[in-house]
Amino acid sequence: MSTGTGIEDLLREQAPQVLGVLVRRFGDFDSAEDAVQEALIAAARHWPAEGVPANPRGWLIQTAVRKMTDQLRSEQARRRREDAAAMAETQAVDVTGRDDTLILLFMCCHPALTPASAIALTLRAVGGLTTAEIAKAFLVPESTMAQRISRAKQRIKASGVPFGLPEGEERARRLRSVLHVLYLIFNEGYASSIGADLHRTELSGEAIRLARMMHATLPGDAEVTGLLALMLLTDARRPSRTGAGGELIPLAEQDRARWDRALIAEGTALITGALAGGVVGEYQVQAMIAAVHDEAASVGDTDWPQILALYALLERMTGNPMVALNRAIAAAMVHGPAAGLRLLEPLDEPLAGHYRLDAVRAHLHEMAGDTQAAMAHYRAAAARTTSIPEQQYLTTQAARLRAGTAQPRGRPPA
Amino acid sequence: MTKFMLLQNYGATLACDLPMTEWDPADIKAHIEFQMALNDELASNGELVGAQGLAGPELAKFVTFAGGTAPVVTDGPFPESKELLAGYRMIDVESEARAIEIAAKASAAPGPGGVPIQQPIEVRQVMGAPANGE
Repeated sequence: MSTGTGIEDLLREQAPQVLGVLVRRFGDFDSAEDAVQEALIAAARHWPAEGVPANPRGWLIQTAVRKMTDQLRSEQARRRREDAAAMAETQAVDVTGRDDTLILLFMCCHPALTPASAIALTLRAVGGLTTAEIAKAFLVPESTMAQRISRAKQRIKASGVPFGLPEGEERARRLRSVLHVLYLIFNEGYASSIGADLHRTELSGEAIRLARMMHATLPGDAEVTGLLALMLLTDARRPSRTGAGGELIPLAEQDRARWDRALIAEGTALITGALAGGVVGEYQVQAMIAAVHDEAASVGDTDWPQILALYALLERMTGNPMVALNRAIAAAMVHGPAAGLRLLEPLDEPLAGHYRLDAVRAHLHEMAGDTQAAMAHYRAAAARTTSIPEQQYLTTQAARLRAGTAQPRGRPPA
Repeated sequence: MTKFMLLQNYGATLACDLPMTEWDPADIKAHIEFQMALNDELASNGELVGAQGLAGPELAKFVTFAGGTAPVVTDGPFPESKELLAGYRMIDVESEARAIEIAAKASAAPGPGGVPIQQPIEVRQVMGAPANGE
């Protein structure tokens, strides 16, 4: 995240694998994690000058084990002999890096943790980011983030999760929480929920890297593939999603020539392949929706009936009122604004006071030519959003109508 | 160096009582660019500690401890919402004079037609460690 060198990439890739070896060996996630961080810092200090060792992972494992035994030794001198034995055994540890990475992800995304803790722990233990980097990305003081990570580790320790892959139904359940955490990390970077920066690119990039890693480990899992495809198809629009002053540009008004074609091609190929596999999950449906948007040359060219059908399917799968909100937009594009507005009515209760409901209503009223209602709902939405770029966008929409420059444009909000 | 909080609330400003949703879109853009430029300037001077905008009074709540029972939570809308805080800048500067200079600049943010809105900026020194006699 800071230097972007080959060494840094190598370290980030090795970090979870080295940690996996240590946790497997010593069983203490908390101190193993500290030891690996120290080893990574040592590598970052020595390798650029002295060259990358022939066996980087072996070097990191040895260094981390040494740090760990130093730590144990200073705590309990009487265990010295056991530590020496542990060090001698390290060479013989059978390392299956990819499995270890997966086990770590399962651990860090444990359902006993709050999403915020799981995100922080995943970024540090699997992503290999420093506490300072994570703190910066979430705009909190480093000491706060250190405490959040430390408490998460204690919770995992207390929950007594064994270091191994869960089986059967538990495995499926835990996999869902891993995917959810990666999805949250991606979204945090893509559509930042706090502060002034719409993009905190490094978080999205890290989520994509972790999703790629998962996909490499579980190539046959259609939802893992679907999530990776969704991230790529969404990230492809990043270059045109904000203007020069950092302001939000909705999908309908984006310069599609600036969308990243390579990412779109990769994401589309992934989701197409996943769909051939059988069971369809929600990330796959979301990826399909993103793919339909990405392949359209303009808003007018978009295959809205297909998007409407996909949102209907997604709503049945999830029962999520935010999905219903998107379905109303698609319905308006297919059947006209009145049809969309009708679909919003049952959402008054589940989405009471949510700015997105007002934003969509404003947009559909504008489509229908009812400027007064549109203005009122844009104002209400602007007053309730907690995102600065959204607030500026919605305020400007209200102002645009007020200034009489409005022409119903028949376009959905971002 | 001394830290100061520069606070602004929702009240009508001396030169503008029009809510922003009724400004010309170009004036909104100019206002936002002014605020961002001021933050950038303070950051590059090494004077900015932090700046945050707060979500609107519609989302505000007042909470009061109520003994052993559930706390009393009051939702808006509040008749006194103009007095609520809208946002703040925390700065770390050489002198109070510099803090006042920055506050004056913030108060000159442009409004409709590019005319400064003359928003009152509350300047409050942050309490710190006791003076050590230097």
